[in-house]
Amino acid sequence: MAEPNSKPNTTVFAPWTDPDAVPLIRFRNVTKRFGDFTAIDDLTLDIYEREFFALLGPSGCGKTTMMRMLAGFENPTEGRIEIGGQDMANVPPNLRAVNMMFQSYALFPHLSVYDNIAFGLKRSDMPKEQIPDRVNEMLRLTRLERFAKRKPHQISGGQRQRVALARSLAKAPKLLLLDEPLGALDKKLREETQFELMDIQEKTGTTFVIVTHDQEEAMTVASRVAVMDAGVIKQVDTPPAIYETPNSVYVADFIGDVNLIEGTAAKTGEHAYEITYAEGVDPIKVTECEHEIAEGAKVTFAIRPEKIVVTQDPPEDRANAMQGKIIDIGYLGNLSTYHVELPGGQMVKATMTNASRISRRDYTWEDTVWLGFRSSAGVVLSE
Amino acid sequence: MRRLSWFNATSLTIGFAFLYMPMIILVVYSFNESKLVTVWAGFSTKWYGELFRNEAFLDAAWVTLRVAVFSSTLATILGTAAAYVLVRGGKFFGKTLFSGMIYAPLVMPDVILGLSLLLLFIAVGLDRGMLTIILAHTTFAMCYVAVVVSSRLVSFDRSLEEAALDLGCTPWDAFRSVTLPIIAPAVVSGWLLGFTLSLDDLVIASFTSGPSSTTLPIKIFSAVRLGVSPEINALSSILIGFVTIGVITFSISTKRAVVRRKREENAVM
Amino acid sequence: MRRAALILLPYSWLIALFLVPFLIVIKISLSDIALAIPPYTPNLDLSQGWAGIKDFLSQLDLDNFKFLTTDDLYWKAYLSSLRIALLSTFLTLCVAYPLAYGMARAPDEWRPTLMMLVILPFWSSFLIRVYSWKAILANEGLLNQFLMLIRVIDEPLTILNTPTAVYIGIVYTYLPFMVLPLYSALEKLDGSLLEAAEDLGCTRFQAFWLVTFPLSRNGIIAGCFLVFIPVMGEFVIPALLGGSQTLMIGKVLWEEFFSNRDWPVASAVAVILLAILVIPIVLFQRNEEKQREAEG
Repeated sequence: MAEPNSKPNTTVFAPWTDPDAVPLIRFRNVTKRFGDFTAIDDLTLDIYEREFFALLGPSGCGKTTMMRMLAGFENPTEGRIEIGGQDMANVPPNLRAVNMMFQSYALFPHLSVYDNIAFGLKRSDMPKEQIPDRVNEMLRLTRLERFAKRKPHQISGGQRQRVALARSLAKAPKLLLLDEPLGALDKKLREETQFELMDIQEKTGTTFVIVTHDQEEAMTVASRVAVMDAGVIKQVDTPPAIYETPNSVYVADFIGDVNLIEGTAAKTGEHAYEITYAEGVDPIKVTECEHEIAEGAKVTFAIRPEKIVVTQDPPEDRANAMQGKIIDIGYLGNLSTYHVELPGGQMVKATMTNASRISRRDYTWEDTVWLGFRSSAGVVLSE
Repeated sequence: MRRLSWFNATSLTIGFAFLYMPMIILVVYSFNESKLVTVWAGFSTKWYGELFRNEAFLDAAWVTLRVAVFSSTLATILGTAAAYVLVRGGKFFGKTLFSGMIYAPLVMPDVILGLSLLLLFIAVGLDRGMLTIILAHTTFAMCYVAVVVSSRLVSFDRSLEEAALDLGCTPWDAFRSVTLPIIAPAVVSGWLLGFTLSLDDLVIASFTSGPSSTTLPIKIFSAVRLGVSPEINALSSILIGFVTIGVITFSISTKRAVVRRKREENAVM
Repeated sequence: MRRAALILLPYSWLIALFLVPFLIVIKISLSDIALAIPPYTPNLDLSQGWAGIKDFLSQLDLDNFKFLTTDDLYWKAYLSSLRIALLSTFLTLCVAYPLAYGMARAPDEWRPTLMMLVILPFWSSFLIRVYSWKAILANEGLLNQFLMLIRVIDEPLTILNTPTAVYIGIVYTYLPFMVLPLYSALEKLDGSLLEAAEDLGCTRFQAFWLVTFPLSRNGIIAGCFLVFIPVMGEFVIPALLGGSQTLMIGKVLWEEFFSNRDWPVASAVAVILLAILVIPIVLFQRNEEKQREAEG
């Protein structure tokens, strides 16, 4: 879903908007079945060179199967996969210019850090005398110089993760696959490592495809995110587009926190609709709606909690205003989430920054408050 | 830390006394001066001397040793291949039969195994001798090796092999440079198991040996069938001594490796 | 292709040296004894083609099996083996359970040593371990000397060459086979389960009976099969300790083969023994597979 006014240009990296760009990876109508179970269902997807592409979805959605097909551990039941224009059917893993970083890291326990990194190089056509230079380069890149002689069990989890990365990058693959690369790290280390990964991806210019179930991770690192469910890609887009303009209830609900209000749509103008969600209250006014919606269609209005303001008095500067009662307040320190019940019984979450101290807050449990949001703040979803 | 209750302490003491008493008595009486095994007549090492002058025993020991080395080596190769096929081979025609043939010899009475192998050797016209014992021992030892190695392979992280393939190994290269070094301890214990089983076997060897290839257990059996002999006590003591030293060394060295590894892992944390 | 070679090598070995020999045993059990080399008839003559095979098949019969039912030596031996195997499996369990339990409850740092102490006899010669009892159980043996010394008995007890000696020998030699699976089942047991049971009002013994014992069931089953199946066909122990009084089928088979040189009858004895053991062997494998799946 490309934005209509964005043009291919040289400063922003967005090859997917360029009709002349040749994708590095093409999935063409790929289906993968394991017995009766369909892991991937008729999937078509292009991934471009130098992209940091994230496959995001709950466990069992088929994202790992897609990655294993790229690495060559599984073959598609139907359809074809091309890498760099070559059909990959029947190319065994060891002959693909693709490397993978495993979820468990899969470091060889009997080899030192140095030998783990050199493992792939020794099996490539690289001249023997160049191998040490390359290994040392990788050790420097991942800041592991001091640990070269250690065995995998003698280093920490974060260091192991970096060895796995160095090992898979050593052969300078066209494509690097990362299977939940940060899953085994604790939260703080994970955040640091995310930026390190982006940095290394930029430095080496390798195409990265990452599989993750952690939406924050996908949003942080990826140039584009594919949201998957039950073997189907629901949406492929940049992180902001996925977050701001999800194309389905599933995507809206899977990424971040969202309020979903069901109602009936009525057209009021160019790209403008009104959504009636309850009797006796004003309908929700929506503008900037890009897709056409049939008159009277059942739709879901999705709006992020942080796009709603909570006020004591009716908000003057918001197109939509609705009154409700505070049922619950979730205090998170920097933020508070208000759970507000509308007259029809619909619950709406609104997140406010705690700009002033909590004791100065004007409203609390059981208070009646106003919720306000702009007509462009949410999206209308028909599926 | 837990302490032993008197009940547990008693059952351990009685249990281990029961396990070790007969062997200790046997070793003690191997140093008995008297020909009568049950009457103590002073310390002597003369039975050990007799033993080493007994050509028949020495010959049998030499046959047994060669049989054990050959059959356990062959069994290790076949058994490791069988374990690999069983755990990693995917589906193939007759896999159930194959795994049945691996597990059945573990519990099959020796008399049946021995009889059936003998009848096979006669049917194909193979003269009984060292070769037939080696073939027979290889067959049952490979099943033990397969079980030991496959239990290691089951707990083996499959992605290690995939990583090797991903980094450019052919399947054979991946097996040789990644799988084999990691399962090596299991392969070694499989070999040791096969070796001791072969050293120890009486029944199958009796069926499959020829007149020129008497093994030590056959020799011992025919000597002790009639009664107790101090020479056999001496021989048994030597064998027990070897096994004890072997097992203790092996378990101390593996325990050391485990302790060292734990310490290193803790140092990282 | 390498994969095919890897499968074929152990596969064909086992077919040639495990499966085919059984078929031969079955075939010979249907043949008749003869004063010839080999000492049975008929012999398959493939040079005569299809007629040869037909002729060969027509001469096979169930006479040996009929013979086994007429001579009561055989069915008595089967029954006696069954009784000895069942009772000695139970006795081994009774001896092994407290030992395995004590090991599992012992302080952590003792356990590897205790484990090694159980494995050590397992590695040393079976024959020697059986033999070591001969000097102890004989009429003038050490046990009788000891008992007379402390004046429990006046006359030496006859233990050697009786079924009692066989039971002692079986329990002794098969003890590690029972202790190891029991120990591995008991060791996994979480101590807090017992505390929870006591907390909920069980006495110590009830906690054992209602929690520990059911949870060690897999170990008990595995251990019993590991003892019962090989004991059914045991030869060495009855031969060395049982004397002429103890009838066991393994010994009968041995004598039929080596003393009487009646190969067809020995084969028939083996076929029936195998038929008896097929059910426990299959059950044992199921149990093992189930456990492997549960752990894997």
